[in-house]
Amino acid sequence: MRNYVSLLFVCGLAFLLFVLAGSFEFGHAPMLIGQAINQSSPGQVGAANIVTSVVLGYRAIDTLGELAILFAAATAGGLVLGRSRPDARHDPEAGFILCTAADLLYPLLLIVGLFIILHGHLTPGGGFQGGVVLAAAFFLPLLARPGARFNHAAFAVLEGLAGAAFIVIGLLGLHYGDAFLQPLLGRGVMGSLLSAGTLPVLYIAVGIKVGTELASLIAHISAYEPAPGEGES
Amino acid sequence: MLASVINWAALLVVVIMLLGAAAVLVVRQHMAAVAATTVVSLGASAAFAMLRAPDVAMTEAAVGAGLSSVIMALALRRLGLWRITTGSGSEANRREVADKQAVDGADA
Repeated sequence: MRNYVSLLFVCGLAFLLFVLAGSFEFGHAPMLIGQAINQSSPGQVGAANIVTSVVLGYRAIDTLGELAILFAAATAGGLVLGRSRPDARHDPEAGFILCTAADLLYPLLLIVGLFIILHGHLTPGGGFQGGVVLAAAFFLPLLARPGARFNHAAFAVLEGLAGAAFIVIGLLGLHYGDAFLQPLLGRGVMGSLLSAGTLPVLYIAVGIKVGTELASLIAHISAYEPAPGEGES
Repeated sequence: MLASVINWAALLVVVIMLLGAAAVLVVRQHMAAVAATTVVSLGASAAFAMLRAPDVAMTEAAVGAGLSSVIMALALRRLGLWRITTGSGSEANRREVADKQAVDGADA
């Protein structure tokens, strides 16, 4: 019975998607404001990546909402999962291959994540994508050595500072400019690293916040205590 | 020429995604199902890249394929549906197979 209800639900969803897809030409969304933003963004914001100028310029308050949602989700996850005891038993250390690969990949992932965050206003990517890569970098050592301590307190402090920095930059925009989160510091030369005003700073804050938040969430989930007799060779 | 190549590549990606989505429903092991959802996410990421949305493609690859599969795998581990075993013929492995049969029996 339950299977048939699920099937009916899926069929209805597919029908809705089909109708939606049929009403638009594939790959040509009905853009009302897109053309205007495409034309005015290089002169107004100065970010080579127009997606960034939308995410942190025209729709920056949306991004703040996204960060708030992510924060609420991570907080709720941490609250439900709780904190493992310091004397809790852990899985045995992973084998030689995983340990060596984790040691090798850790700096590489850090560099890739920071590169994606710092070049968010120039190339595709940005704080969210780079933050997830940073979270993966922080999680790798924990995957190889489950017994290692994860410094939740330091990560929470970093995360709070990054979130506060985002709001402080927004308030500075309100004070020195006209609106909350208005880009300051001038546009600079489009395509250079120091361009687009405060957008790169905002993306650094977003990247640190997303990275630390997700890393501590994954560390919470992975802090698993095997039952006695389990996980031993 | 290039357009037709991209069309064929897009078709291939969609077929792979559909196969992955079907595999999620069909496979018996939970970890295999998680891996199949990752295939769907990677296909979506490739499709976004072909539609010239590299930002969305990167997000899909990082969050959809990377982070969410890690979280699903860790959730399986917490639920006791996936166990790290040492050695193929060990006692733990045999116990895992027995557990899996019991879980599958409970599902059916």
